[in-house]
Amino acid sequence: MSAGDGDVVDGFIEALLDDDAQTLYERAPCGYLSTTPDGTIIKVNATFLALTGYARDDLVGRKRFVDLLTGGGRIYHETHYAPMLRMHGIAREIALDLVCADTHRRPVLINSVLERDADGNDVVIRTAVFDATNRRRYEEELLRQTQRATALARTLQQTLIPPNVPTIEDLELAAEYRPAGDGTEVGGDFYDIFQTDHDGWVITIGDVRGKGAEAAVVTALARYTLRAAAVQDPSPAQALLLLNDALLRGNVDRFCTAAMLRLQRRDGAWQLSSSIAGHPLPLLVDGQHTVTTIGRTGTLLGVLADPTLSETTVQLAPGDSVVTYTDGVIDARTPDGAFYDDDRLHATLAQATGTAADIAATLLADVLRFQSQVVRDDIAIVALRVPD
Amino acid sequence: MLLAHGYGCDQNMWRLVVPRLAQRYRIVLFDHIGAGGSDLGAYDADRYGSLDGYAADVLELCAELKLEDVIFVGHSVSGMIGVLAAAARPELFSALVLVGPSPRYVDDDGYVGGFTRRDIDELLASLDSNYLGWSSAIAPVIMGRPDRPDLSRELEDSFCRTDPEIARRFAHVTFLSDNRADLARVQTPTLVVQCTNDVIAPVPVGQFVRDQIPNATMVLLDATGHCPHLSAPDDTADAIEQFLDAITSVAR
Repeated sequence: MSAGDGDVVDGFIEALLDDDAQTLYERAPCGYLSTTPDGTIIKVNATFLALTGYARDDLVGRKRFVDLLTGGGRIYHETHYAPMLRMHGIAREIALDLVCADTHRRPVLINSVLERDADGNDVVIRTAVFDATNRRRYEEELLRQTQRATALARTLQQTLIPPNVPTIEDLELAAEYRPAGDGTEVGGDFYDIFQTDHDGWVITIGDVRGKGAEAAVVTALARYTLRAAAVQDPSPAQALLLLNDALLRGNVDRFCTAAMLRLQRRDGAWQLSSSIAGHPLPLLVDGQHTVTTIGRTGTLLGVLADPTLSETTVQLAPGDSVVTYTDGVIDARTPDGAFYDDDRLHATLAQATGTAADIAATLLADVLRFQSQVVRDDIAIVALRVPD
Repeated sequence: MLLAHGYGCDQNMWRLVVPRLAQRYRIVLFDHIGAGGSDLGAYDADRYGSLDGYAADVLELCAELKLEDVIFVGHSVSGMIGVLAAAARPELFSALVLVGPSPRYVDDDGYVGGFTRRDIDELLASLDSNYLGWSSAIAPVIMGRPDRPDLSRELEDSFCRTDPEIARRFAHVTFLSDNRADLARVQTPTLVVQCTNDVIAPVPVGQFVRDQIPNATMVLLDATGHCPHLSAPDDTADAIEQFLDAITSVAR
């Protein structure tokens, strides 16, 4: 260190000491203003004046803080900021626009405290004002991005379920779908309904672990693989095995549950053969409102090279309905944490009446009501009913 | 006495006047849907797409609690909600107290509401900006997260909790409604509590409300701002009690 350096440091400390309270206030790196409890400006610092372009005499004793705000800002001030300040004595990180002397608007963030005397009377409101021009621009960009992401997620989601349920002679079909959350993410649930030949129809339903674009890739793979497999091979279990191979080969590192229900019309009656891979079992509700499960839960897909999958065939009678769903139904929880369990599911279906559409809607409404309308996990429901 | 809070807050707003009023009246406080402790699951965009849905809530509340001779005290937008409720079911209400009411915020041909359409759009932008900081942190709480009790506590401490999306729609309904024509339908004795310096509902707007409601009087409080029940709670309670004394003695 040379002799000269010592002088610089001394000079710096001296300058700091010279920086008296008045200078600290006037030239602080944020705007300061003080108002009476009713908002009349009684003191401002030089930084605030530079920020807004006003002269001190324009403001002090002449204007209230609220007069410097935009119309929308005035409403926000009166409905949010002022009540908060009165009740809490403090308001933090409030975003407002100040109307400058030249009418140009400056985005700011403000923090305020309400000073009270020993008797609790309001004395003065002190406010720090930070220029937030760049921050606001960034926030607007973020908002736009979020809106774009939501639109994209919605579009992508629509490709994972059929746009409408086909009309089949002598069979009622209905589906309900509710994605979880605020719609910014694509859910992992899917279902599909398609025709394989003149009297043959297939319903698939499944749930890919996870959410978002990566899960959606697997969901699309699952849906289209099952479609292709169902056309090639009449066996639901074989179709699920093909999907299992595709998942393992695809190295996607995601597993999924799936159910395939194949409906075949023979001599005017419907036969249902199904295979289930780690998915909740479909429920059969007969004309006497007895609810039974169909089939056995096999291994979920995308994990083991040789999953155990069985096939079950049942004959459907007029008045029978079959309901298949994803675990968003039974994982539904009340705010207290109680689950929508099998008992409640069975009871709801036993009491449901009407068409397949009525049954699906009844179940969805009950699940939504149970969790106070807040969908925590995607819900997909496909119901079919043989008319009486 | 049924007290309805205005836009932007919840029933906590009445905290400073309730102790006084409770000495004379049975007090009923509630949160509008989307605010305070209300059940967000009950929000229905169609029903609450106009103030009629909120007025229907007030009537349902009266029916559920079997309220009669209701003194309805409504702040700000709730003033208009009370107007709609009292116009629909006059037999339920013995008096209306409208604190800082405005039947229309946006200026219209010859009518000065105090705001332009651009102002309202700026308010909506301002809401977005102000919710940006905490919406993601608070949203899970509002949605009910039993697994995060820490967030619930934070919420209990917070004042004026609102669901951002519902608040946004409520702002839309509040500030773009036009209820001028509904005022003449009110038969209930009405008090307009007007602040001398209210940037949201200026004095001429309060006078308009008084003149349009057939049986209305107005009291001008020497107070600044839109919330005299916060800034001048004693004056507000005095005004309400004096008005109610006056209409009771007339009735006798």
